[in-house]
Parts: sequence; structure tokens; C-alpha cells
Amino acid sequence: MTDTNTGGDVRLTGISKTYGSFTAVHPLDLTVPQGSFFALLGASGCGKTTTLRMIAGLEEPTTGTVFLGDKDVTDLPPYKRPVNTVFQSYALFPHLDIYENIAFGLRRRGVKSVKKQVGDMLDLVQLGDKAKHKPHQLSGGQQQRVAVARALINHPQVLLLDEPLGALDLKLRRQMQLELKRIQTEVGITFVHVTHDQEEAMTMADQVAVMNGGRVEQLGAPADLYENPRTTFVANFLGTSNLIEAEVVETGGTDLVVTAGGGKLSLPADRCSAAVRTGGKVLVGVRPEKISLAHADDAGKIAEGRNRVTGRIVDSSFIGVSTQYVVNSPAGAELQVYEQNIERDTRLAPGAEVVLHWNPAHTFGLDATQDIDAGVETVEDAS
Amino acid sequence: MTITEAPPAADLPVRKGSTRKRLVPYWLLLPGIIWLVVFFALPMVYQASTSVQTGSLEQGFEVTWHFQTYWDAFREYWPQFVRSLLYAGTATLLCLLLGYPLAYVIAFKAGRWRNLLLVLVIAPFFTSFLIRTLAWKTILADGGPVVDVLNTLHVLDVTSWIGWTEGDRVLATPMAVVCGLTYNFLPFMILPLYTSLERIDGRLHEAARDLYASPTTTFRKVTFPLSMPGVVSGTLLTFIPASGDYVNAELLGSTDTKMVGNVIQSQFLRVLDYPTAAALSFILMAIVLIMVTVYIRRAGTEDLV
Amino acid sequence: MRWIRRNLVVIAGLLTLAYMIVPNIVVMVFSFNKPNGRFNYAWQRFSLDAWKDPCGVADLCGSLTLSLQIAAWATLGATVLGTMIAFALVRYRFRARGAINSLIFLPMAMPEVVMAASLLTLFLNMGAELGFWTVLIAHIMFCLSFVVTAVKARVMSMDPRLEEAARDLYAGPAQTFVRVTLPIAAPGIAAGALLAFALSFDDFIITNFNAGSTVTFPMFVWGSAQRGTPVQINVIGTAMFVIAVLVVVAGQIVTSRRKKAATS
Repeated sequence: MTDTNTGGDVRLTGISKTYGSFTAVHPLDLTVPQGSFFALLGASGCGKTTTLRMIAGLEEPTTGTVFLGDKDVTDLPPYKRPVNTVFQSYALFPHLDIYENIAFGLRRRGVKSVKKQVGDMLDLVQLGDKAKHKPHQLSGGQQQRVAVARALINHPQVLLLDEPLGALDLKLRRQMQLELKRIQTEVGITFVHVTHDQEEAMTMADQVAVMNGGRVEQLGAPADLYENPRTTFVANFLGTSNLIEAEVVETGGTDLVVTAGGGKLSLPADRCSAAVRTGGKVLVGVRPEKISLAHADDAGKIAEGRNRVTGRIVDSSFIGVSTQYVVNSPAGAELQVYEQNIERDTRLAPGAEVVLHWNPAHTFGLDATQDIDAGVETVEDAS
Repeated sequence: MTITEAPPAADLPVRKGSTRKRLVPYWLLLPGIIWLVVFFALPMVYQASTSVQTGSLEQGFEVTWHFQTYWDAFREYWPQFVRSLLYAGTATLLCLLLGYPLAYVIAFKAGRWRNLLLVLVIAPFFTSFLIRTLAWKTILADGGPVVDVLNTLHVLDVTSWIGWTEGDRVLATPMAVVCGLTYNFLPFMILPLYTSLERIDGRLHEAARDLYASPTTTFRKVTFPLSMPGVVSGTLLTFIPASGDYVNAELLGSTDTKMVGNVIQSQFLRVLDYPTAAALSFILMAIVLIMVTVYIRRAGTEDLV
Repeated sequence: MRWIRRNLVVIAGLLTLAYMIVPNIVVMVFSFNKPNGRFNYAWQRFSLDAWKDPCGVADLCGSLTLSLQIAAWATLGATVLGTMIAFALVRYRFRARGAINSLIFLPMAMPEVVMAASLLTLFLNMGAELGFWTVLIAHIMFCLSFVVTAVKARVMSMDPRLEEAARDLYAGPAQTFVRVTLPIAAPGIAAGALLAFALSFDDFIITNFNAGSTVTFPMFVWGSAQRGTPVQINVIGTAMFVIAVLVVVAGQIVTSRRKKAATS
């Protein structure tokens, strides 16, 4: 990963794809550095797969250029690009056995003795005893490993993965996430991974580009995206956010002061991605796990300087490691609060009056002109 | 690492998909479609023009827009038209009644015998259908075992009363022709039926039974509606060729059982009255196409839901 | 009685099967007949004469060879053209799709005698000489739609990602077609070809109109129904039936063996 050679950089400049009047991908510039594990994250139809297919050469871009390193490959057909793909639901050749599936790429390039390489590959994915089986005789996880082996044996400069774990059950998916990450670290080539699963993207990737409606909404390291979402879509799509509509009352200092539901809240000015002016609107966001919950009777015990919102619990569900509360408040309806199950306060039951409080530093601000619910439903689809 | 929204598409050169690629489907279609246009569609045009010609074989034919031919042909041969539709319709109904149980058995009850039964359904095809149709002459022969049994059971009394048979004979009667038509087109009914029955998830039967449906209700409300695509294509594949058939009427029937196919054939190949033959052929085509369209519409909008 | 009621469907099904099989058995039995007179409709006595001399009737084996030839060429033509159309229909977007679909559907929705008669008017108008070529043209025409339907069903169930995977793995267009597309589409193409062969070989009505003085096997049988049916017809019919069943059974055994070998 310390390789500074740019031979494996993927550079997209002004690339876009339109089908008739429908724009699948708006013109975008994107650079994926050599050796990184890069995820394109978004709901179905957001353009992530189309972007991947343009890198593979399976889709011709309407505008723009695809560079691999310094080489313009836009006009190269897929079979002339040093790029291989792990397809959604694998696309293993049903009429060939596992051995021939893996050897396919080598044979097409005229490699004479494939035996050793295929054998090594079969060992790498631990399928040595399945060489003579047909794909349909393998389990989903085994088929997935064959698909990876079939692509990796060609030593591509870039490996593209199109929802590679989508067909696996949850437990196996976790296992394969780690496995893929291990393989990537081992071979050190660039992985571009398309997924709708935000957890998968955050677990595996060094860099995540969140896509929505054919555009990249935000790009960054997983933790950065999670802590500092710049749009409501990213805030809602990656994990859960409480977004509260507020009015700005004080600007200028290092902290912004706003009012919501009659109470004052403050947030660091540099964590607000929207342009603000006194009297203007802003969306104030805070993650559910950053919030502490106190019974209204204990309101006096809350330390000074914390953001507070009063409300009433309408629902609570016990999840094991945590308890998730839904709180209605004058500031906003259905605020989510996740409390670690350390010392459980039995008074915190539906109907109880409570105070939500959190460190102002954990608050972020977003442009209030956006759809406050963008990206909300899609999270449920994805999980 | 950079991510910027690139300038609007209008400023960027739009890449053109190569013309060669866009033409691929047309090259693939061209030879076959030309074949169908020249040897299927164009002949229809020629036939249409022939049907409005007058003249004789010796002096040659000429287009005179003589639509009278249609009226004359229909007036003279309407019994053959009625017979064709009646025989073909009866044979189709019999095919459905006979074929459905067999298709059902193969799809749901056959277990490991399924492939064997399928082979037995298809196997008769391997002997020329003319030879097999001639075999019915032996089976239905006067005084043969089949006629004897039907006679003893007094079935022939009933059928000859409604005019399907004559006295102690089955051969050279409408019943023989319908019997032959049914026999010849049964596989065309059974195979589509089997295909659509086989697709039905067996769990649907269990679900229906679980939801208080008796076996009969299950069949009426679940199995049969789901097999409708097979019923529709099976009846079409049976009725259409049966309505134009003249082999069964010729080999198993008499002069009183001639169908419109027999007339077209003899007008074209023996009498050489091309305009009349062409007009008859067009009337048959129109009748069949109208019936088929109405049938597909009905089956498609109401019964198929 | 209860047993009968419970198995009513099975009994009805088997009766239908008997109805379909009995004529074949009659054909087989009567291939050993020694009829009095010209027609082989009534049983006289057992004889192997016809089996010893299957080509003993004038023109019989010639017509059989001709039918096989026509069927082979018609199968080839219809399969190639039909497969191309099927791929275009499933894999590409193009103009006039509706018109092309009806052009393919109509020959199957048309009484044979109508197609036969109209094709004859075309050939008469063009002054074409009726014979081998006109029959072949006609057979390719009516087999084409059936091949398209059979291949289309298979191609539609093919995952287009398989071909993308091949191209991604350094197979050019030709290699992709030969190594991936063709082997996977093969069962559909084979089914279409088999259907075309059967339809062509057994066709009578269209052939009868467009053959002129050329005599195919079905036309020979038709003619003999008027002039007198030689026992050899039954011999040929029986032999073809037995050969075909043996081929099917052998195929079944081979595939089931392969399956066993693959799973063990």
C-alpha cells in the first residue's frame, strides 16, 4: 500500500452516462489512488454500478475519459483493459468446471501452462478439492470465492467488485468482508467496490464515495463521512441522524447559537457546512449514540454547557448492547437515542418526561434548503 | 484525491456510440426477415391479387377487381367452411378434455416416470403422421373390434342419431374425421399444457388446501387459472392447423365430410381455378385470424387474470 | 371403487396415452402383414417379406432419401436464420420490433393450407420451376418461426453478465461467442433444430402444393393411400420410430450417467 507508482490510479474526468433523456451518471471527476480499497456507496439506481461498468469498459461513457495510470482507456473494449470484475451474482460460466472458470482469462490471453497458477489460486481461495465441480454444485460463498479467484488470477491493475456479497447471508457476508480485505492487503492492487450496504462500505473501504441520483454527494474516509456529513442524504444514509430544524440567533464566534423548539443549542461554526446568517434557517444534526438521556426529575444534575432538548419517550426497544429510544420533543418529532446498557434507569419507559443532552462539539450543521428525509428509507432497504 | 462536479455536459464533447455496433441487430435480423417477407408476406399479396383476377388457364388471368369471386366461393362452399370450423372446434375441445388429464399426470403424479411419459407423448411423432392416420383406417374398420364394442354399448345408435356416424360404420363419417384430427393434434395440446402446469409451484396446492380448499376447488381456483397460458396456446396450436387440414377428411372421411382445405387443395391442384382457390384461402385466413384475435383478447383480459 | 375415484386422473391420462400410442402399435403389427390385394388395412397372415426388402417398392426409398435431404438443409437454414433473429430480439433494441414480432408469429397462426396456396401463387407468378428448391424454400419459411421461439426462450433465460464476464476476461467478440454464448445457448438451438427437422420431414400440406412432380416421403404415402399401400411403408414407419426411441433412451442414459459421475 506504500507503493507510490501511479500505474494503478483510476482517473475519471468529466465522465457521464445518459440513456435517452435519463441521466444515470452526471459528469463527475474522480480519482482512485493506486492500492486503495475504494467503495462506491448508494441506493439502487444511484449510478454506482454504471460508473463501475464504465471503468470496466462494459458501458460506453456519454462524455468524459477513463484513465488507468496515465493511459487513456476510454476507447478500449473490456477484453483489452487490465481490469477485471467480480460480477453481481458472480456470472460463473455454468458449462465450465471451476478449474476452467478460473483458467478462462489466462487461456484467452494465450497463456500455455495454466496449471500451476490455477492450482495456486484454488489454494488461495481454499477450493482445491472442488476443481472438477460445476458452479451450480457449489455453495454461495464458494461461488463467490471462485469469482474472486477468476478475476485475480489475471493480476489486473484494478479489481472491480459489483455487489460481490449481495447474495450471501449476513454471517457469511461478515466473514467474506474480512476475507476480501485480507486479500486486498495481500495483493496490494486497487479495489473498487460497489455496494448499497453502508456497513460493508465502512468496514472494508479506505475511501467511500456516497452516490445519489447520479452524483457523488460526498467523498472521504468512513469515519470522516460519518462524523461530518455535508448533506442530509449522507447524514441519513450512513447510519442514523437526528436532524432538527433551527433558526440562527448568533454567528461570528467559534460557536453558532441557534434556537429550536424554544431552547437554545450551540455547535462549532466549522462543523456547519451551510452558509449562515442571523435569522436564517439551518438543520442541526446529532447522532443518536452521542445523546445522553436523563429523566426530567434529574434535569438539575446535567452539567453546564451541554445542549439540551426536553421531550417524552414514545417508544423504546431493547437491542442487547443498547436500548433505542424514540423521543418526541418540541424541537423535533421522533428523535432517536441509543443508550449503552450499562446502568439502566427503570424510569426511562414510554411516557416518561426526559431531557436529551449532548456535547455541543458533537453537533453538525447542514443547509436547511435540503430535503430533511433524503436517504432515510433507503437505509432500511439496505440493511 | 479529488472530487469535483465537472462542467455541464453541454461543454463536453459527447462520445458517439459506433454506427457499426448500432447496426448489429439489423444485420442479424436481415436474412431471416427477408426470407419471411419474400416467402410469407409477399405470397399473401400475390394471393390477394389472384383472388380478384378473372380469366382461364389457357388465356391467362388478369386483375379485374372481380370481388364477386369471394361471394360466389362462399355461397358455393359455405357447408365446407361450417364443417371445418365445427370439426376443428370439436377436435380442439376433445384434445383439451383428453390432453389435460395426461398433462396433469405427467406434471404432478408421474414422479420418476415423468421422462418416460414425455417420451411416449413425443414418440408417435417419429412415425410419419400420414402412416399413423392410415392406421386409423384399420382401427376403425367396419366390423373391427372398436366398431363392435361401440355397437354393443349402443354408442353408435346415439352418434348416428345425431348424424356423426352412419349405421354400423364409423369410417367415412364425421366421427372418424374428428377422431383423426383429435389424434393428430393431441401432442400440440399436451406439450404447452404440460409446460405451464410444470411451472406451478407445488406449494401453491398445499397453500390452497391449507386455506380450506377441497381438491376440486383447488383445481378450479388455483391449478386451472395458472395453467391458462398453456390452455390458450394449446387450443390455438390445435384449432388453427385443424381448421385448414384436409388430410384427415380425405383419408378417413367421405365426400360428405369434405372440409374447406379439401376444396382449396382441389381447386388449386386439380381444377386449377386459381381465383376461387385464392378467395377461399383468404376467407379461411380471415375467419381464423378474427377468431384467434377475439379468443386471445378474451383469454388475455378476463380469464388470464 | 374408491381406488378408481382417487386415481381417476391417472386412469384418464393413461387412456389418453393409449389413444396416442395404439396407432403406432398398429403400424408396427401391420409391418409383418401379408395383405391380399393392394391395401394393407386388414390382417391376413404373418410375414417378414417387407422387412427383408424395405426398398422393394419403386420410388419409396428415393422419396425417403429426398425427404431426409430436404429436412437436413431446411434444418440448417432455419436454425441459422432463426438463431440470428432470436439473438437480435432478445439482446438488442431496434426499430419496428412490433412488426417483426408479428411477422414471426403469423406463420404459426396461419392454417398451413393458406401458406401453401399463397406460396404456390407466388411461384406460379414468378414462373419458378416447382421441385426440390421450392420445397426447401417453403420448409425453411415455416420452420423459421418455430426455431426463433425455441432459441428465444433459451437466450432470454441466459444471464447477459456471462458474456460480459467473458469480455472482461480477455475474450474478444468471436471468442465470447464460441466459448460462452454458443455452449450456453446450445440446448435451445438444438431443440429448435430438432423441431425444424421433425416439422420439415413430416410436412405434407405445404409440400404437396409446392413440390410439382417431386415426391417426398409423406407425398409417397399420400399417393399410396390412393393407389395401394405397400407394407414397406409400415416397415419404414416402424424402423424410424424404433431408431428415434432408442436414440432418446440412449441420450437419457448418458445424461443420467454423467450426472451421477459429476455428483460422486
